[in-house]
Amino acid sequence: MLLEAQGIAKNYGGVRALKGVSFDLRAGEVHALVGENGAGKSTLIKVLTGAVEPDAGSIFLGGERILNNSPHHSRSLGLAAVYQQPAIFPHLTVAENIALVNETGGLARKVNWAARVETARELLKAIGADIDPEREAGTLSMPEQQLVEIAKALGANVRVLILDEPTASLTELETERLFTIVARLRSQGAGIIYISHRLEELARIADRITVLRDGESITTRQATETTPQQLVSLMAGRELATLLPKVTVPLGDVVLSVQGLSSVSAGVHGVDLEVRAGEILGIAGLVGAGRTQLAETLFGITPADAGKIRVKGSEVVVRNPEDAIAAGIAYVPEDRRRHGIVGDLPVRANTTLAILPQLSSRALLDQESERELATEWVTRLGIKTDGIDAPASSLSGGNQQKVAISRWLATEPKVLILDEPTQGIDVGAKAECHRIMCDMAAKGLAIVMISSELNEILGMCDRVAVMRNGHIVATVARAEATAESLLALALGHTS
Amino acid sequence: MRQRATAIAIFWAVLVAVLAFRAPAFFEFANLRDIAVVNAPALLVAIGMTLVILAGEIDVSVGSQFAVASVVAGTLAKAGVPLPLTALLTALAGACFGALNGALVSWLGVPSIVATLAAMAFCRELLRWVTQGAWVEGLPADFQWMGLSQPHGELAILLLAATIFAAFAWTLRHSQAGRAVYAVGSSRESARLAGLPVGGITLAVFILMGVLTALAGVLDSVRFSQVQSSAGAGLELKAISAVVIGGAAITGGRGTLWGTLLGASVLAVIAPALTFLGINAFWEKAIQGAIILGAIVLDRLSARRSGSGDKHAG
Repeated sequence: MLLEAQGIAKNYGGVRALKGVSFDLRAGEVHALVGENGAGKSTLIKVLTGAVEPDAGSIFLGGERILNNSPHHSRSLGLAAVYQQPAIFPHLTVAENIALVNETGGLARKVNWAARVETARELLKAIGADIDPEREAGTLSMPEQQLVEIAKALGANVRVLILDEPTASLTELETERLFTIVARLRSQGAGIIYISHRLEELARIADRITVLRDGESITTRQATETTPQQLVSLMAGRELATLLPKVTVPLGDVVLSVQGLSSVSAGVHGVDLEVRAGEILGIAGLVGAGRTQLAETLFGITPADAGKIRVKGSEVVVRNPEDAIAAGIAYVPEDRRRHGIVGDLPVRANTTLAILPQLSSRALLDQESERELATEWVTRLGIKTDGIDAPASSLSGGNQQKVAISRWLATEPKVLILDEPTQGIDVGAKAECHRIMCDMAAKGLAIVMISSELNEILGMCDRVAVMRNGHIVATVARAEATAESLLALALGHTS
Repeated sequence: MRQRATAIAIFWAVLVAVLAFRAPAFFEFANLRDIAVVNAPALLVAIGMTLVILAGEIDVSVGSQFAVASVVAGTLAKAGVPLPLTALLTALAGACFGALNGALVSWLGVPSIVATLAAMAFCRELLRWVTQGAWVEGLPADFQWMGLSQPHGELAILLLAATIFAAFAWTLRHSQAGRAVYAVGSSRESARLAGLPVGGITLAVFILMGVLTALAGVLDSVRFSQVQSSAGAGLELKAISAVVIGGAAITGGRGTLWGTLLGASVLAVIAPALTFLGINAFWEKAIQGAIILGAIVLDRLSARRSGSGDKHAG
């Protein structure tokens, strides 16, 4: 056994990302790792490379336990990872990028530039990449950068190579070349951990496949003994949580209607959708399918270059967030720490940030009304805080999210877009967020919810739109949606 | 903030104790009044700097702006323009200067440290070239001391500075715009998503910075019969120091004008206190540096203790 991970557990706050996962890899093997978004694949990889310290569990390489793991340490042991987003230094040359991790010696040593370029040239040649080692790495295309990363890993005499969705941005030709490289590495005795959403390619390249779900390793099978359909059901199959209190309310008129919405720069293509009053429309899809980009286009962050947006029947032009707010569209973004709340400001200021003009007369803030309003929202949403004057950064994740939601509910929107509203918050806070959504839907709000959690989508939404590559590929009613069918649509496996 | 006020209060208490023992003459009314008058212009600049820093930017060109404003004010006064009009025109010049910085930062996205560094060098050199290094001399008597007798002039300067301070402190706390400045400095992206005009606010703080610096230039030049073209050298450091000592986060979003007032007061008394204590004035900069360093270390320590050390970073 080349690499063995035993009982790896990792919690982020209240969220259990990995619940005692074991995983092994033989020399000369390609072991694929599959699972839906948030299943724990990335966390497992980060634990293996030492980027994240596990709460429990141990890792053995060649029978020896790795202690005090760190990215530097794991690399020196011959463990290298190539991520979907290449981690290159864009202003350094290709040769320098490769040398940076592979050359040994102190910072004060004399650099042999000719040898450095020559080494890079040989490594690139070994993987059949036609890249000038003296080019600035930032000028390379994404696939070329990936090849540089692989060359980098080879240079370190890699024993374990981790490829995280390497083919996601590759053309067919480049994928073929990658497979050749992988096959060669395998024949040389290296072990390869291969993460991919393209299930059909696994049969070609993988020896074994492990399915992760909700931070647990579900099964490990021989690649030859499994089909993509089986994998999809293994990835998705699980009981619906009973926490979700979705209350069905009678639907009203169409509130938001979108036709042919495109933003080429953001990667949103020809989106049509409709949301009624009281309805919760879920948007499912893999990371990178264009869900957040769609929300940002609706909200005017990346204005649309084609298509129509109608709110309650009247067409609105959304060129920036101000236009969207004026049209009654509200958007609670995904990354609440960076985009949702303003950590330095007190809770009350966060609640009123989007309605300052309404709260002011002659540009002076009505602080009395602000306090009343903030107190009201803190009570209504059950926000746990030391008071409305406490800085928002002092609240827990779930309560920060409620503050972010309160800001947008305070604008009295007609359409509320929520992007991953319960990501990274604990179970209790999650249930409360769901309750709030149901309450608001019952009051006639039209809600669009983006979520990577199929459970949440299935539990909360009246209808689900599935996105892939910037398109809505299908819209499914709640009664007809299953985790499997949604995942198959998101992956492009319609059978 | 409360902690910062405590730290500054302790500094003052020690200073007062030492001075009371070694040089009681320091506390004579005339001396304290002189210190206040001399530092009033720097306070105006520090007010503007507080706004700029709260909005998450920085302006290192205030020294040059101050010099340009002083020379403009002096030249206008010499040409016989009445004082109120001189002040108004100078403020307008300052607004243009600030608008230039602001436009570079908010429209072209030039980092403020770079934009204002360029402006600092450019304007200083331009001024040197235009004036050929000559001072503006022989200012009319009715320009000096605001055309008043000396004591009245001093009173006018102090009142003006106090009024401007109070107006800004109040507005920053009670207006929609003040709230927006904090929001933009704390999280540009959140502010943009909340529909705030981030670019406009950035532009506005730079314009206010320019106007306040220009007024500071006027207040300073009325005290003398000539204007040096090298006026305002090092002013940017003094203003930024006052803001930082006053407890504002250099990354924006946190701080108050009252803190800046405390910071400015600390910086203002160092040099005269040294003189009174008979210590070589060369130590002033070293002590200033030590105080700034102390303030920042105090910040990091308290942030670490409350376990939010990195939450506010960046």
